[in-house]
Amino acid sequence: MAKLKSPTELEALRQTIISQRDPRKIVVTICNGTGCHAHGCVAVTDAFRREVKKQKLTDKVDIRATGCHGFCERGPLVVIKPEDILYQRVRVKDVPEILTETIGKGSTIERLLYTDRESGSKLAHENDVPFYKLQKRLVFGNNGAIDPTSIEDYLAVGGYAALVKALKMKPEVIIDEVKKSGLRGRGGGGFPTGNKWESTRNARGDTRYIICNADEGDPGAYMDRSLVEGNPHSVLEGMIIGAYAIGSSEGYIYIRNEYPLAVQHVRKAIEQAKAYGLLGKNILGSGYDFDIHINRGGGAFICGESTALMASLEGRVGEPRAKYIHTSEQGLWGKPTNLNNAETWANVPIIINNGADWYGKIGTKNSKGTKIFSLVGNIVNTGLVEVPMGITLRKIVFDLGGGIPKNRKFKAVQTGGPSGGVIPESLLDLPVDFDELTKAGSMMGSGGMIVMDDKTCMVEIARYFVSFLEGESCGKCLPCREGLQQMRDILTRITEGKGKMSDVDLLEELSAVLQDAALCALGQQAPNPVMSTLKHFRDEYVAHIKEKKCPAGVCKIGDSKEK
Amino acid sequence: MAIKGLRETVKKALDKHNNDKSLLVDILQDVQATIGYLPKAALVETGKQLGVPISRVYSVATFFKAFSLTKRGRHLINVCMGTACHVRGAVKVLEQIEQELKIKRGGTTRDLKFTLETVNCVGACALGPMVIIGEDYHGEMTPEGIISVLKQYN
Repeated sequence: MAKLKSPTELEALRQTIISQRDPRKIVVTICNGTGCHAHGCVAVTDAFRREVKKQKLTDKVDIRATGCHGFCERGPLVVIKPEDILYQRVRVKDVPEILTETIGKGSTIERLLYTDRESGSKLAHENDVPFYKLQKRLVFGNNGAIDPTSIEDYLAVGGYAALVKALKMKPEVIIDEVKKSGLRGRGGGGFPTGNKWESTRNARGDTRYIICNADEGDPGAYMDRSLVEGNPHSVLEGMIIGAYAIGSSEGYIYIRNEYPLAVQHVRKAIEQAKAYGLLGKNILGSGYDFDIHINRGGGAFICGESTALMASLEGRVGEPRAKYIHTSEQGLWGKPTNLNNAETWANVPIIINNGADWYGKIGTKNSKGTKIFSLVGNIVNTGLVEVPMGITLRKIVFDLGGGIPKNRKFKAVQTGGPSGGVIPESLLDLPVDFDELTKAGSMMGSGGMIVMDDKTCMVEIARYFVSFLEGESCGKCLPCREGLQQMRDILTRITEGKGKMSDVDLLEELSAVLQDAALCALGQQAPNPVMSTLKHFRDEYVAHIKEKKCPAGVCKIGDSKEK
Repeated sequence: MAIKGLRETVKKALDKHNNDKSLLVDILQDVQATIGYLPKAALVETGKQLGVPISRVYSVATFFKAFSLTKRGRHLINVCMGTACHVRGAVKVLEQIEQELKIKRGGTTRDLKFTLETVNCVGACALGPMVIIGEDYHGEMTPEGIISVLKQYN
């Protein structure tokens, strides 16, 4: 690998890579995301590699271990390109047959195809499956096409073209473009990205930092992991463009240590980008220098909060601070710092490539582009979906997600992670939009979507989230430290059938205090699960307290009576 | 562990991270990976070599969930308590392991075979409830299923 000294050399390299690839050659892509790892995809991938050699097909077939395809429920997933035949739940014993039948004779294997739930018919192609058909995979699309450990694969699908374009633009023009696109932070805050960049650029001082927040802490949310793991270069490209626009020469990726594969892939991607001169000194001969460091988190939910994350980056305990002074003015080491979430960064190359006007056509008035959600819980199709903003929750849960398994009834969907709220059936026609979700008492959050069926007790769920947050509270400010403990105790009492009606008032009072007085977003938003379950499922609280019974049959009220 | 070996372990971790104080979390992670946990001597040594007060090292080591100041078992069991696993019955699986191994979460069996911990989501929600033992992912766990899984380890 020689360092590329100009955009022309990059384009030449891209052409060489593409010309060496025969577009007619069959590529067997096997999802190697963490979800499929748990399904045993590594053994399947190895079996394909062995069997291709054995059947002397190496000239005809390429085997590619790709990033997460998203349809985790049906893993291990195998897609045979260019036809895009989708085989699901593939086992090692199926591999020889796939090669002899599908690749050798061109016939599909019925039992490995996806069965449509409505019609009962077998669907052969990835795009026929409702789970994929209704998505708009702008950010996530290349995950299934490229090997995340190969920069050549990323270049072959047009990677780093946005960087080339951006380096020819004035930094202010890039910021204007991002502002015009309407991109808002995908980590949960929903703050306009371009405005954040502008304030960091205009802040006083010579040194500026940028940070990629990949400390995805919300339980049940794993889109950032799949992105960093499955297409790390798209995140890096966004960061390099952003850093150039902001005027920063040093960046950090803060990533959860619970995601070993993602850490490994992003580390490799940085090495490759450096070797090609896409990172480091004098990027593509532009005279611009930029470097990225990786920091692994230590398993603290609070470190997803920007100021806590920065404290942890400085080697201190991850406690947040009050934001009277924004981090864009004084962030890491007291210098102007711009922090964005991994998904936000991955949107940047798309905006630069296609232009703000094109991007602005997707989504609603105030929420542009797409959002990746992880659809989990009591749902038929667990997995990651990328949908245009404005799609209704009902479509996501029932059309993409396939509804509730075991013929049970839908009860609620929790968006926004532990700090979000539950949304009942009556509000399912709500469009996915930063402001609409907030109005409904929940929030967009980072994109976790936990579906709950009628066997879920809403009081118990509120207790679960509060006790999660109580455990993750850093303990710096009193309202959060003490308030959450009290709320957890009250909720536990209610789930044990020992609650009083006055406990509900107390919960509401404590919620108000936390919302007003907690230091950071963790505490301020912690009452959301309690407030929203009280709002939409108050009768369940009443049943626990007055009738001493759990309508969903989850809480062991009888047991605690005997004690 | 003899002090000499400890000094080298810490030095190796520091060298890897260019003695960068901001990488304290990463450094401690590497030290822990070598020793298995973070004994007091390792914290003192890290502070000394890095030029960071021991109070700071201690506060970081006790703040983050990833660190253990006590000895851990040969096999680390992580039961995922993320929301998706929770609604699919992770609590029952955890209770079963606690009963089977006669330890509570955070505890280590007397024979130092297992340490039981919980984790907030590993992002393999399609297969919940998820139990990770060492580097093996065991999906769709049930209270019955976990017993035979535990028997695979010795």
